[in-house]
Amino acid sequence: MTLRVNDLKVYYQTLRGDVHALDGVTFDLADGEIMGLAGESGCGKTTLGKSLIRLDSRMRHVGGTVELDGKDVPVGDDEAMVPFRYHEISLIPQYAMSALNPTRKIGRMVNELLRARGVRPADIADELKRRLELVGLDPDVLDRFPIELSGGMKQRVVMVISTLLNPSLLIADEVTSALDVSTQRAVAESLVEFRDREYVKSMIFVTHDISLVYQMADTIMVMYAGHIVEKASAKTVINEPRHPYTQMLIGALPEVGSTTVQGRLEGIPGTPPGLLDPPTGCRFKDRCPLAFDKCSERPPLVEIEPGHWAACWKTG
Amino acid sequence: MWRYIGRKLFVYLLTFIVAVTINWMIPRFMPGDPVRSMLSRASVGDPEALERMTNYYNEVFGLDQPLHQQYLSFWSGLFKGDLGISTMLYPQPVLDIILRAVPYTLGLLIPAILLSWIIGNRFGAFAARSKVLDNTVLPVGYILTATPYMWLALLLAWSLGIVAGVFPVAGGYSYSLRPDFSWMFISSLLTHWFLPFLSLFIVALGGWAIGMRNMIIYELEADYANYLQALGAPRRLVRRYAFRNAMLPQITGLAVQLGTIIAGALLTEIVFNYPGLGTLILNSLNSRDFFLLQGIFLFVVVGVLIANFIIDIVYVLIDPRTRVQMTGGSS
Repeated sequence: MTLRVNDLKVYYQTLRGDVHALDGVTFDLADGEIMGLAGESGCGKTTLGKSLIRLDSRMRHVGGTVELDGKDVPVGDDEAMVPFRYHEISLIPQYAMSALNPTRKIGRMVNELLRARGVRPADIADELKRRLELVGLDPDVLDRFPIELSGGMKQRVVMVISTLLNPSLLIADEVTSALDVSTQRAVAESLVEFRDREYVKSMIFVTHDISLVYQMADTIMVMYAGHIVEKASAKTVINEPRHPYTQMLIGALPEVGSTTVQGRLEGIPGTPPGLLDPPTGCRFKDRCPLAFDKCSERPPLVEIEPGHWAACWKTG
Repeated sequence: MWRYIGRKLFVYLLTFIVAVTINWMIPRFMPGDPVRSMLSRASVGDPEALERMTNYYNEVFGLDQPLHQQYLSFWSGLFKGDLGISTMLYPQPVLDIILRAVPYTLGLLIPAILLSWIIGNRFGAFAARSKVLDNTVLPVGYILTATPYMWLALLLAWSLGIVAGVFPVAGGYSYSLRPDFSWMFISSLLTHWFLPFLSLFIVALGGWAIGMRNMIIYELEADYANYLQALGAPRRLVRRYAFRNAMLPQITGLAVQLGTIIAGALLTEIVFNYPGLGTLILNSLNSRDFFLLQGIFLFVVVGVLIANFIIDIVYVLIDPRTRVQMTGGSS
């Protein structure tokens, strides 16, 4: 088991109180697993991704543990996290287009970063060139400034930099959101290839594009309002979702070949609850067509069949 | 790159021409006749003598020619280094008077501008994100930048000069000395230089420190800083990048501030009766010496233009983004 997250709670501190963005999340990630993390905006996907590598100044680790390759990961302790960062856990950020220092040549920045992390740049230079070629970039990009690269090129450079030290866990946060469809596919395929070549052991692929994640991920985990609602293999989540939220989310996706004759696509009525003062029990109950009395208690995430987890009283 | 410099030079040349023209126009279209006011001080009673002297001086200063002729001869004089003759210190050439004052002004300005800029930036970067410094030193910085130059100059002259008696408060060197290369003269020069320098330095310092502190905080929030930190890069590396990137707007700021700083220097000189261009401006204004005034303004304009041009070039050299755009890049 690569990653084991147990009851992780991370809140945002605001002047009006704590925002319960991640409220008790428990899941495992196997060796070689690519897990797609899906859900609406504000459901806690990015918070989960960030929590595993670096909390920003407003985030507070409230409870729960994270274990990577049998070692305890001290997510709440910024200093103690440093040895894990880059070497064990790495990140491809949401903002890959602007993640490179605009006034340094890319190669020089990489060297300075590597040296700061205790790696001799010369030891890894050949590997760096090989990987740049693998994602279809000329190693000459190292002699350029970020401004000279297109958005897609910068994205690929960041992918290579982030995975250069063969981390055990890679968090890819909305990496395809700013790209056009064909580039999205190329990026997704490169990431799968990185996993196949064991540049990264396992990966959390945060996205709201379920159709993309279906093509590349082994498993999909769906989050809603800071809770996990369902986790299963990609096929199962798309074809036989059990949680009513997942069902409605999948139902809201257009299908190839469908026409308007078959009727309008249904959205999910209502809006997600505010997390400043979250509702008790199941957080989806106000929008759920199946809600009944028991939903005022929080449903546990249970394994309803091997490898298929859901948090709903109706599926239990 | 050369095309860029050429284009810049052209713009600066145009600015220069316009500035010189306006400079030429102001004394000529201003109310009041310089020759007449000079003569009235001499209190010549005889109207005929007055008439003859007026004609004589008009000829000396070239004021009897038609305007366009005056304009053209002004330009040709400019290229020959002839800015006319001062009425205040008649018959000394304006250029000589100015050249005597320029070293004092430059000696004040260049160290004050450069040192305050360098130290202010370093200090601002150091103070950013440090709670204690942010809460103690920066409010002082706000007060300093808001201080008018001459007010601080007066304050310093009063406290360090008159009350403490450590530094002299007037002149460029002790009146009992004559300019030569002795140790005594140089030390006198330095002690007279210190207070005007200090007042310029202190006011500018606060501004740079505050600007840098704000820029650094902005840069530390930038995406590249977050990315580096997520990959565990040490604070030192992130700060180094942030400092370098925050310097770029500060350089532009220097170019923008130059005019204000020079104006401040001129006022400060007046407070300390320092024998630079500022004091010269005041004196020439008092004695309606328009030729001298015109010459000084010309020097100030040329100085600002040259300094701005240098900053433009420096900016291109250190910001790869403008450099890449200029050379067309390799992509």
